Amino acid sequence: MAVALARRQMERWRGSREPRGSDGMSNLVRHRLFWPVAMLLLLLVGNLAFTPGFFAIELRDGHLFGALIDILRQGAPLMLVALGMTLVIATGGIDLSVGAVVAISGALACQQISQLGDQGAVGGVLVAVALALLLCAGLGLWNGFLVGVVGIQPIIATLILMIAGRGVAQLITGGQIINVNSPPYKAIATGFLLAVPVPVIIAAALVAVVALVTRRSAFGMLLESVGGNAGASRLAGIRSRQLIIIAYVACAVCAGVAGLMVSSTVSSADGNNAGLLIELDAILAVVIGGTSLLGGRFSIAGTVVGALLIKTLDTTIYTIGIPPEVTLLFKAVVVVVLCLVQAPAFRARFARRRPTAEVSA
Amino acid sequence: MSEREPVLVMRGIGKRFPGVVALDGVDLRLFPGEVHALMGENGAGKSTLIKVLTGAYHHDQGDITLGGEPVAFAGPHQAQQAGISTVYQEINLCPNLSVAENVLIGRAPTRFGRIRWSAMRRRAEELLARLQLSIDVGSDLGAHSIAVQQLVAIARALDVDAKVLVLDEPTSSLDASEVDQLFRVMRGLKDDGIAILFVTHFLDQVYEIADRMTVLRNGRRVGEYRTAELSQLDLVAAMIGKELAALEDIEEAPRREVAALERGTPVVSADGVGRAGAIAPFSLGIHKGEVVGLAGLLGSGRTEIARLLFGADRSDQGQIAVDGTPVTFRGPQSAMRHGIAYCPENRRTDGLVEELTVRENIVLALQAARGWARPVPRGRQDELVGRFVKALDIRPADPELPVRNLSGGNQQKVLLARWLITEPRLMILDEPTRGIDVGAKAEIQRLVVELSDGGMAVLFISAELEEVLRLSHKVAVLRDRRLVTELENTDGLDLDRVMAAIASGGAT
Repeated sequence: MAVALARRQMERWRGSREPRGSDGMSNLVRHRLFWPVAMLLLLLVGNLAFTPGFFAIELRDGHLFGALIDILRQGAPLMLVALGMTLVIATGGIDLSVGAVVAISGALACQQISQLGDQGAVGGVLVAVALALLLCAGLGLWNGFLVGVVGIQPIIATLILMIAGRGVAQLITGGQIINVNSPPYKAIATGFLLAVPVPVIIAAALVAVVALVTRRSAFGMLLESVGGNAGASRLAGIRSRQLIIIAYVACAVCAGVAGLMVSSTVSSADGNNAGLLIELDAILAVVIGGTSLLGGRFSIAGTVVGALLIKTLDTTIYTIGIPPEVTLLFKAVVVVVLCLVQAPAFRARFARRRPTAEVSA
Repeated sequence: MSEREPVLVMRGIGKRFPGVVALDGVDLRLFPGEVHALMGENGAGKSTLIKVLTGAYHHDQGDITLGGEPVAFAGPHQAQQAGISTVYQEINLCPNLSVAENVLIGRAPTRFGRIRWSAMRRRAEELLARLQLSIDVGSDLGAHSIAVQQLVAIARALDVDAKVLVLDEPTSSLDASEVDQLFRVMRGLKDDGIAILFVTHFLDQVYEIADRMTVLRNGRRVGEYRTAELSQLDLVAAMIGKELAALEDIEEAPRREVAALERGTPVVSADGVGRAGAIAPFSLGIHKGEVVGLAGLLGSGRTEIARLLFGADRSDQGQIAVDGTPVTFRGPQSAMRHGIAYCPENRRTDGLVEELTVRENIVLALQAARGWARPVPRGRQDELVGRFVKALDIRPADPELPVRNLSGGNQQKVLLARWLITEPRLMILDEPTRGIDVGAKAEIQRLVVELSDGGMAVLFISAELEEVLRLSHKVAVLRDRRLVTELENTDGLDLDRVMAAIASGGAT
């Protein structure tokens, strides 16, 4: 079985093809998302062993509660950041500045709300949120300009804002942590709509919008073309500059929405620590989801699975009672295993060894 | 000269890369005090041979002897220590360091671990004096011309007591007087007994400086010749070769009827268009229903012409006109708007996006022209793709297969289909039949005839002169990045005349 799988994988790389539907099971295994989804399920089931009621979801006061709901709600900001990151990575780029953008977005929103006479006014909060997202779009435009027009390498171009952005956030908050007491703003992270947590709805809606726009228009295909082979795309007449700028703007806006959620959760803005290192988790989520860092083909569904996987892992670390001083190491080990399991080359090697062992036994 | 012992002998050198035999039993001999030209088209194996010689690659077969001793280099450093120095085409020096530092970097004279700057300057001046170059060795290298930088690179190579000096395309970015200066230096070194291996695309230069030459083709050695005993015509024939055998089973199509062609205003014309360092100013007109062939060796400027006409590169002089109206191309998009299509020479790097499917690759140019917000409806995509997959017999006929899984010939057809669905008025085909099997080759040749019969203008570029002659109404001959002559494809024109034009620069 393992040999057959490996051989099939090899044949797929070599370009020969199996007749379709010859083997339902192997088709399932060969699906791009098989391994990430399998790992996610494994992690969830593993939790069940430690927490018997892990899969229980109950309706309390018309609100859904449960460990799985928590994962979704807490995972919403990461999912959004990773969503935007997917588009940028598809162009062959990377955006290191999303963490800083998360901080700036929350900082501007809280600063605006704190100026309001009535912090509970829905209109005022909406204006604050709109301003924050507008600023984020501007920051994305800046990144896109540096990468697409000036031609700076993406990792350097966005490193600028990654560092400087923290400074901008501190300028906005005046170096302090701004606390707000605004029920409408608080609802962004903690509210419920039709029993479902608001952040989950926002994340799902944005994922749906991005998926629709990329796949219903030609945006996704042209993005993959530019990321897959920039030179050939130019000679096919694709104006990559415009596509790249849009990708960075979308990425920054997604990070901005995530920033609103992060600061809304605690009703305060912390320019230093909000969204710290979220860019790395987001990149990891994209890669787990099967999008290559080299650009080209991207998978939004894969990114969603990747983000959920990372959040589940975080939750698992708490629920199974890993001592705090080893949580980071534990996470690192799991991530390494995860990446190896997903790598076809590693699996093929592993699969090739097994039969030898059987023979010698 | 030949009574002397060769300083370097490479015998039966073989080198394989995955899927490619780059060198197959190649011999090379270098004698002290000679300039030896290594000739061959791009892809003939010159670079691979040089990299084997300089230790950058390991050969799979054969052996190398230097000064009578068998040698095996683990890397470029060892080769250099043994006396084989190389100056590469792209000068790999540091423009931000001084001339002296560049000459002696890594070998600077030191005392107690500290660099003796004055000794270093003196040594650098001595070395440069040997090349008749007197410049301030303390100045930044970047401040000097490319020619001087080239000489500095040679000085650096000579410092290591070189027996063999390899010059890889040293003249490609030099002007005539700078070439003269380089040649003076080369003659001086030759008199000192150094063996120089000289790689170039310029035939005139070979005849000016080289004593002997070795010609490679498709990874094999065609022969070793004394320059004086091989005419330019024979050299071109040796480099191009005649692969007539492979094409014999293609039916001999009748010569194109030039007389039947109505030449009014050209669809696309170039008047004195040129780009410094790429192609000298040229004028060329391509009419409705006309196939214009570009003949010339690889590297003679054929692709450069194609790229200028497609707006892939900007011209720095001259005027392109479409239907007689002057136009300026800001990029491929503007050329496409005027109905110009371009299938590049290198399918895999410049043409296809390998991880996308056949369907996506075919609709790419059409979609790019429409912009991302106006997708070609899926039904229309399937209809167009299905039609062209069938018409061009693309196999396997599965539009959802990644294009990297297709064979070279089928990939070429995908690229053709991409442009055909944009219904271009001028189709530029750069080496459309290279590296594909004979059957696909014949199909593409037939397609070119059909397209031009249907009124499309075609610019056809190929290294195979037979093919150019069979398909073209008019042949433009290129040599050394210059369009030297245009030949009407009438009964008087044959292979020999085209080859003579390439060899002599059009003086026939």
